[in-house]
Amino acid sequence: MDRTLSSLPVSEHVARASWWRRAAAWVDLHGRREGWLAFILMRVTGIGLVFYLFLHLTVLSTLARGRQAWDAFIALARSPLFVAFDAVLIFGMLYHGLNGLRVILLGLGVGSRRQAVLFWGAFVLSIVLTAVAVRMILMMG
Amino acid sequence: MRTLNLRIVRGGPGRPATYQTYQVSVDEHLNILDAVQKVWATQDPTLLFRHACHHASCGLCGVRVNGRERLMCLTPIAEFPEGATVTLEPLRNFPWVGDLVVDVKPLMDRMAAIQAPYVRKDELTAGSEEGTRFEDCIECGLCMSACPVVGSDSAYLGPSPLAMIKRLLEEPRGRDIQSLCALAGDAHGAWRCHSVMECVEVCPSNVDPSQAIGWLRRYLILRGRRQLAGAERR
Ligand code: HEM
Ligand code: SF4
Ligand code: FES
Repeated sequence: MDRTLSSLPVSEHVARASWWRRAAAWVDLHGRREGWLAFILMRVTGIGLVFYLFLHLTVLSTLARGRQAWDAFIALARSPLFVAFDAVLIFGMLYHGLNGLRVILLGLGVGSRRQAVLFWGAFVLSIVLTAVAVRMILMMG
Repeated sequence: MRTLNLRIVRGGPGRPATYQTYQVSVDEHLNILDAVQKVWATQDPTLLFRHACHHASCGLCGVRVNGRERLMCLTPIAEFPEGATVTLEPLRNFPWVGDLVVDVKPLMDRMAAIQAPYVRKDELTAGSEEGTRFEDCIECGLCMSACPVVGSDSAYLGPSPLAMIKRLLEEPRGRDIQSLCALAGDAHGAWRCHSVMECVEVCPSNVDPSQAIGWLRRYLILRGRRQLAGAERR
């Protein structure tokens, strides 16, 4: 049951619904368009980034186990599978950041009529910049 | 004439939801509402649906057409090719009454909490002191159905009530600004929005609730700053 600070009306049927039914309202994509897609991707990449932060700290901790452990990790990081993982990560960061700017603008009432165009802009720019980054990684390797 | 297969949700609380398909032929210049009315008149008088005006002003005929929130009276038959199957479902996030009808009480409760009756002075006809029309919003509830926050936070005010508060703050005419700000500034008010933007896209009446929510946030921030500055000077 949700709590409310002031005397707001409460939708009884939503308050009574189980938590998973309410959670399902977030992922009900039936009939939805860009705005919803943008939001779902934002949530997935946001949670993914939190997950990655811990993964990153774990990986960095191999430094504490000496040069050999780190070199072994670097060798692994050159594998194609790892580059694919990098691509997903870079796309996630770029999309989350760029769409984050879109959400900040929209949240302050700027550009609501252009929201779909802004989404595609952030999405396509993320893909292009990911491709550039992957190319740079491959050229360095 | 155009023949469509209307695939309509049937059922209600305690009765399982099923889809029933009706084949109906209507003039292609008409709207989906006319097709549903023809089904009701000629094939199935038990079909539940709501409507009144037929011209996008009463706000009663909102359903989901192929998943998307639309007014049936504003959904042209001509949009669909001959023989197409068109799925009609009730709005989300409202209690289901049966077939295509939902109970819009959650929206009306919110409008009442805001004391929504609102009409421009120059629109009042002679002798009437009170108006009940809120500018562009026809209180159809399409935005409430399209918003995932409405479906998951039972106390969220929702797109159209917040847009309503924005109009009242913009032109207060003696309204209690303090209590309007308390509603808008509540944790379930303007700050609860995640900019999913579907309200803007489905609104048939050009309200742009998202823009209004952003306006409210800016208003609340500036008001808070003014109050802080005032408190410091004292
Ligand atoms: C480039 C910098 C970043 C910007 C501009 C940004 C922006 C935003 C914005 C505006 C939201 C709100 C979305 C909404 O209202 O639904 C958000 C949500 C979130 N962000 Fe970020 N963010 C950034 C970096 C990060 C990083 C580095 C992490 C993780 C370590 C992260 C994790 C999250 C999470 C978990 C959410 C919640 C998602 C949700 O509620 O659906 N963000 N971000
Ligand atoms: S804001 Fe638009 S979609 Fe929402 S109730 Fe009003 S007219 Fe309908
Ligand atoms: S019948 Fe009145 S809005 Fe559609």
